[in-house]
Amino acid sequence: MVLGLESWVLARPEIFLAAATGLLLIYGVVRGEVATPFVSVATSLALLVTAALLFMPYREGTAFASLFIVDRLTTTMKALVLVGSAIAILMSRAYFEQVKAWRFEYPLLVALATLGMMLMISANDLMALYVGLELQSLALYVIAAFQRDSERSTEAGVKYFVLGSVASGMLLFGASLIYGFCGGTAFVQISRALLDGRGAEIGTTIGLVFVVAGLAFKVSAVPFHMWTPDVYEGAPTPVTALFAVAPKIAAMSLLVSVLMGPFKPLFVQWQQIIVVASVLSMALGAFAALRQQNIKRLMAYSSIGNVGYVLLGLASGSVKGIEAVVFYLAIYLVMTLGVFATILMMKRRGVMLENISDFAGLARNQPMMAFAMLIFMFSLAGIPPLAGFWGKLYIFIAAVEAKLFIPAVLGVLASVVASYYYLRIVKVMYFDEPAEAVDRPAFGINRAVALVAAFLIAVFSLAPQPLSLIAAAAAKGLFS
Amino acid sequence: MSSWPILSLVTFLPLVGALFCLIVNGPKEAVDRNCRSVALVTSLATFLISILLWVWFDPTKAGFQFEEKLAWVPALGIGYHVGIDGISLFFVLLSTLLTPICILASWESVQVRVKEYMIAFLVLETFMVGMFCALDLALFYIFFEGVLIPMFLIIGVWGGKRRVYAAFKFFLYTLLGSVLMLLAIIAIYWQVGTTDLPTAMEKLNLPFAWQCWLWLAFFASFAVKVPMWPVHTWLPDAHVEAPTAGSVILAGVLLKMGGYGFLRYSIPLMPEATQYFAPLIFGLSIVAVIYTSLVALVQEDMKKLIAYSSVAHMGFVTIGAFVLNMQGVQGSIFQMLSHGIVSAALFLCVGVVYDRMHTREIEAYGGLVHRMPRYAFTFMFFTLASVGLPGLSGFVGEFLVLLGAFKANTWVAFLAATGLILGAAYALWLYRKIVFGELTKTSLKGILDMNKREIAVFLPLVLLTLWMGIYPNSFLDPMAPAVDKLVGDYQAALKLARTAALAP
Repeated sequence: MVLGLESWVLARPEIFLAAATGLLLIYGVVRGEVATPFVSVATSLALLVTAALLFMPYREGTAFASLFIVDRLTTTMKALVLVGSAIAILMSRAYFEQVKAWRFEYPLLVALATLGMMLMISANDLMALYVGLELQSLALYVIAAFQRDSERSTEAGVKYFVLGSVASGMLLFGASLIYGFCGGTAFVQISRALLDGRGAEIGTTIGLVFVVAGLAFKVSAVPFHMWTPDVYEGAPTPVTALFAVAPKIAAMSLLVSVLMGPFKPLFVQWQQIIVVASVLSMALGAFAALRQQNIKRLMAYSSIGNVGYVLLGLASGSVKGIEAVVFYLAIYLVMTLGVFATILMMKRRGVMLENISDFAGLARNQPMMAFAMLIFMFSLAGIPPLAGFWGKLYIFIAAVEAKLFIPAVLGVLASVVASYYYLRIVKVMYFDEPAEAVDRPAFGINRAVALVAAFLIAVFSLAPQPLSLIAAAAAKGLFS
Repeated sequence: MSSWPILSLVTFLPLVGALFCLIVNGPKEAVDRNCRSVALVTSLATFLISILLWVWFDPTKAGFQFEEKLAWVPALGIGYHVGIDGISLFFVLLSTLLTPICILASWESVQVRVKEYMIAFLVLETFMVGMFCALDLALFYIFFEGVLIPMFLIIGVWGGKRRVYAAFKFFLYTLLGSVLMLLAIIAIYWQVGTTDLPTAMEKLNLPFAWQCWLWLAFFASFAVKVPMWPVHTWLPDAHVEAPTAGSVILAGVLLKMGGYGFLRYSIPLMPEATQYFAPLIFGLSIVAVIYTSLVALVQEDMKKLIAYSSVAHMGFVTIGAFVLNMQGVQGSIFQMLSHGIVSAALFLCVGVVYDRMHTREIEAYGGLVHRMPRYAFTFMFFTLASVGLPGLSGFVGEFLVLLGAFKANTWVAFLAATGLILGAAYALWLYRKIVFGELTKTSLKGILDMNKREIAVFLPLVLLTLWMGIYPNSFLDPMAPAVDKLVGDYQAALKLARTAALAP
């Protein structure tokens, strides 16, 4: 039975999220602006319930005529994305209330984008992939421009939309080439065609290059990174926080399942591409961030650099490599949310601060906040014993085992350069003379997020083993 | 002998103290006072416990003692494996001894952010001790690198005028070397499937070309840390800008991490490459000994002069380590211990006058002997120890190193010996400029001699320097079996490689 009950059961988290979003949308439309607080909390809850549904009970298999796949890897990635989105919504409230743009559409758009991400992660067919990707992208374009009376936010939205459409076009073009040469869009068909040699032609490779280019845009890997700094800087800060985590993780998961799945036979071809993109991302992320003055822009380059490390794990093409990807992304999620929660707390007389110089002397005015930021920064720089180090160690172990020696050396050198700008923030907070004191952070969700993130970093630093077991289980899903 | 985890206790007790400091709250005066006391008590307790290590240490055994082994991250083959042998025993003691001295020395000179300062020092102590105890490559790397975080903050927050520059230079230089070592560690893990050091020593069998690459990667890290010429330039900056206690720890312990690393990792794991690169080490060390001694002669800043003298003294250490005979290696370790105490004491001597006058310019001083006889004595004592006066600790190490070097290569010994003369020249020049002469500077007219706290800081160091100089066997005997094993294993590995090369 093509659309049997089994399919619906497998896709129940997605179906639940779609239904919940639809109902909340109706509720919001009927009640109007007063519904916003309820809708936002309810959406976050719905996202968390969706995450719980992934595991209760856990099932795997394919559904809807093999368009949709659920395994350990997709489930883990979805859990990361859902948690990231839910927290991003909760973190948004104070900011949007302050700029008077707190509308009920915002959490719902995030939920829709998340739904798109879940579909992407579970895609088992190029068409399903594209539909998921577009659902995600369209929602995100709107969110980037959500603060609509701000010129910068609108500009960010338009830029993201124009460049994103180009990337989608490339991806679609690549998919059509692959369809032409392999005779199908289903991953199983492509894989079969490549294995028995029918599809192993230059056309498929060209198609693959276009698909990878489209996905590289979504994860903002060099040379498709140009939109990232502008969009990160222009978009409202909580939106930047969301952009830095959820879509990145989703697109990375997609890239992993496409390349390690149907295109595994073309490993030699795509490995070169990924290695080059990885090395360039690490280098650009390190060098371009050195002179940034705006913390959001700096985080944009930092995320480009981090994507470079994740790609290096993918380029090794081994079980260890995929484990490393999952492990790194999980730690990256925690660190990034922590950093953005801290940025969102930075206010002086009610005005949001975004410049690095505004952090001057934070260690004297707000020691706890500065200490949390110190942990995040040293962790992002990959200095042991902090959790970020384990992520990098995992990646480099995978790279060395795959004999990617030169990229590994370039990677560690880039990490030294990158550590400079993370240290610079520590320097501004701890060494510089205090500027005018920042406001005492309100007791709220952002403070909780920052504290929990710092705590989790400490836990992962001392006990990385449980996380590595989760990563190992997830990676096995792809290879079974 | 005991079965309870004494090494972990020594390693992590300071961290407990740091947590105590963290929760101390109240008015600034009380917080400062309490944090100072907590830090001093914790570090003294740590020191006393670490003495037990020496008491219970079996000086006849070559292998590791007080071993503790736990699986930590089995997924990556990383274990929490610690243990000490004759080589690391005294470095642990050196770290635990210098920390309380540093805390005592900063009692009055550090007045801002005392709580954070004490936390940084206690965390630093944990990392230092852990580094010397680690018997797992990854664990070692974590402690080795972890040291950077508190040290970066100590230089950057409590340092002098150009502290930001110095802190960054220190951090980035060391990090650059270390990340290459990380890759080498990963490569070893890839070969043997674990990062456990004893297992790696046993199983690792690399082709020569690989050994060379890995050796160079380790070298990049340790050479920066020692520091060897020409990657020593971070040291003068870091020393000059760091607060006194920071300089003490830098010179006393952190520089030893490089020399210790060579002995613990480079030589046993990559013996053929060690032999191949030994001339490089000799060359760089001789340049360090002669060139940095000459540079020291023209310094105008007291701390900078002592910093350059450290580079020269560490040149002896690397020569001794790589001649790889009994005398050389023992001399190298002894020289590290002696330098750890003597240079630490010299930086404290600078600190004494700096706290009073707030300048380190040599020109600003002169004739201190008239006002500060006790200080003049202490300073002279450590100057002579640094120069290598027989009967004081500096002599033993240098003599053994030269003896070992002479056996291996006469020219190396000859050139290195010139460093002794130059060393006497700059050290005595510094002493004359500061202590002797007429007391003409008006600003010095009211300077006070050392108080009781300062005497308490110096007394243990004076006694120890005498002990090490007069009866060095207390220190040489426990390390002998371990050094013997190191040299023996190295020779055996070379022999094995030679027979393998001859075999058809």
